[in-house]
Amino acid sequence: MKIYTYCVGLTLCVAFVGCNSQPSDLRSTGGSEEGARMAAPVGEPIHAILTQAPAVPPAITRKSPAKVVVEIEVKEVTMPISGGVNYTFWTFGGKVPGEFIRVRQGDTVELHLQNHPDNKMPHNIDLHAVTGPGGGAASTFTAPGHQSRFTFKALNQGLYVYHCATAPVGMHIANGMYGLILVEPPEGLKPVDREYYVMQGDFYTVGKYREKGLQPFDMQKAIEENATYVLFNGSEGSLVGDNALQAKVGETVRLFVGNGGPNLVSSFHVIGEIFDKIYPEAGTHFQENVQTTLIPAGGAAIVEFRVEVPGTYIIVDHSIFRTFNKGALGMLKVTGDEKKEIYSGKEVDDVYIGDKATAGSGEAVAKAAAEMKSGTLTIESQIQAGEALFRGTCSTCHMETGLGVPSVFPPLAKSDFLMIDKARSIHIVLNGLSGPVTVNGSKFNSIMPSMSQLNDDEVANILTYVRNSWGNKGTAVTASEVTAVRKSSKRPPGAAE
Amino acid sequence: MMWLILSWVFVHEAAPSENPMISVGPGVLRPFYPPSEKEKEIKLEAFQLQQHAVTNAEFLKFIQLNSNWRRDKVSSLFVDSTYLSLWETPVSLGGKVSPGQPVVFVSWFASKAYCESFGARLPTHFEWELAATATESLPDGRSDIKWRQKILDWYGKPAPKNLPKVMQNEPNFWGLYDLHGLIWEWVQNFNGILLSNDSREAGGFDQARFCGAGAVAASEKEDYPSFIRLSFLSSLEASYTTKNLGFRCAKDGKKGN
Repeated sequence: MKIYTYCVGLTLCVAFVGCNSQPSDLRSTGGSEEGARMAAPVGEPIHAILTQAPAVPPAITRKSPAKVVVEIEVKEVTMPISGGVNYTFWTFGGKVPGEFIRVRQGDTVELHLQNHPDNKMPHNIDLHAVTGPGGGAASTFTAPGHQSRFTFKALNQGLYVYHCATAPVGMHIANGMYGLILVEPPEGLKPVDREYYVMQGDFYTVGKYREKGLQPFDMQKAIEENATYVLFNGSEGSLVGDNALQAKVGETVRLFVGNGGPNLVSSFHVIGEIFDKIYPEAGTHFQENVQTTLIPAGGAAIVEFRVEVPGTYIIVDHSIFRTFNKGALGMLKVTGDEKKEIYSGKEVDDVYIGDKATAGSGEAVAKAAAEMKSGTLTIESQIQAGEALFRGTCSTCHMETGLGVPSVFPPLAKSDFLMIDKARSIHIVLNGLSGPVTVNGSKFNSIMPSMSQLNDDEVANILTYVRNSWGNKGTAVTASEVTAVRKSSKRPPGAAE
Repeated sequence: MMWLILSWVFVHEAAPSENPMISVGPGVLRPFYPPSEKEKEIKLEAFQLQQHAVTNAEFLKFIQLNSNWRRDKVSSLFVDSTYLSLWETPVSLGGKVSPGQPVVFVSWFASKAYCESFGARLPTHFEWELAATATESLPDGRSDIKWRQKILDWYGKPAPKNLPKVMQNEPNFWGLYDLHGLIWEWVQNFNGILLSNDSREAGGFDQARFCGAGAVAASEKEDYPSFIRLSFLSSLEASYTTKNLGFRCAKDGKKGN
């Protein structure tokens, strides 16, 4: 239940009641509602505080509508879009997204649009919060080195996108000309601990994703809706590392999320969180317990959630290739005490067989393979390749130090069990080992799975590395030795051939 | 009264020899926004266009002969407050600009007066567009995606702190320099081709200002460079001056006529 109270001077005092189950009350045009929307501004004009993302201007504490002056300067600037990649953005206020505007329902907003003299292009602004043709676009069409002004009444509460609507509109938006304006309800939004401003946009460059240098806008890719980048807040890395959003355990976070487009609809999701409350499409009514919300291009959403557990929460467009291959990734870092009853952290399970071997191998492995082919393989190359493979697969249990984990995973460093029998060590890698063993006088009783998915070269390289590291000194293991052992072993059921 | 003032300029007969007239056309232009359904192809007679944009040096000569166009004497009806603002004084360039750079911060009125001072005029929008469709080797290169992208790249880049001088790039098919990649240029009827200020309105035209044409959609939708020029021109008033806007003059007919 929401109660709206609203007074102007002594003569006009209007109170009305809205209710979530009766949505039409809030948007109807009759009676007291009209009073709240149409009341005259009170007091001296106020200069709006505008903020660059991810910051949000402070909540409005006024109890009456005011005249609010908003000044936005359009600047065309070249800035990084990704590491080592520059792009010429057209901006409202010097950054992408444009500056966040916060007003109160019923405010009279006087908007000044200044087109910097160094700019090449004419620009204007269409605010979706405006009731009137073009949303202000026609009234603010401004040549470089000039400025325009128009005034509107913020009739409807909500979170709205604003953008440039100058021809070609798609190009102006694709270059970053969008931002958010929040029209608070008269009673304000419920206080929360943190408010942040996040806005998604898609970008089209002539060069490929992360191709270095100054990348021009690619009109053809934009027409084909074939985005090179999909980004939060205008650059890859704008919300990661030191720029990550911050919160403390137990706090409630409110994200004002917009999508500038120009083309793509966002599947907005925060990994590891559930949106306790969300205003889909930034409308008046909320939904609860939502995992992923759609944000249309030229639309917004308000999401709120309480953070319960410390750690890093990844903000993504769950149209997920955009996150991994186009840059749509941000972070929310939550600090505070662990809460094991909610999230245990990592609990040791039996054995993890990663597929990291191939991923982590790299050049050393390729070099060894090439030498193997040409018959010039040296023990040094084997050791280098083996190290890369070991790090990928074996170090999960035996540790990169070769020391293992006391009483769980046996050490390989200076291991008598390992070094005393080369053929047995090959056999163990290929077929696994379970049951009690004694290594350097300590007893171990656990399971090592078969690593028969590795080919003979790889096993040879790994064992050569292991037999010549951390103080071990032994001969090389050759691929043909591995082949021989593989032939003589009976495959455990289910193991790779 | 305006005619009185505008006609009060010192008239030479020929174009300045350092910036000669070059013959262009005849040719056929397919405009981005055809004026009507029947005019998707516009046949243009041959005309002449100055080889390059008018430079600071050329405009300074004009000012010296026509002191009523000095920035300290001209009426504010014809120029806004930034008119010739890069110049050190009303009658000298100073160190910030060079004689060989195109003159910028000039209004439509001032550009028109300059051209009329030697019996010329500003080119029409269609004339300018026809000249600008030429690549280095072809009279119409608009189907060349790479060439189009090159022009778009210039529109997408911020202006350099100091404009380059004129004629630093290759001339186009007709022998004209810098139609792309240096500055915007005034045309005679910049406000007769007006787009609506909000380009998404049906038809794209402000019907009140361009009667009857509002219903016609863009016909050359891929020709974004032309679209952008239309957009830019439609943001101007005749007294406006901006940092990247200059002009060159035109004449009717083939050279020598």
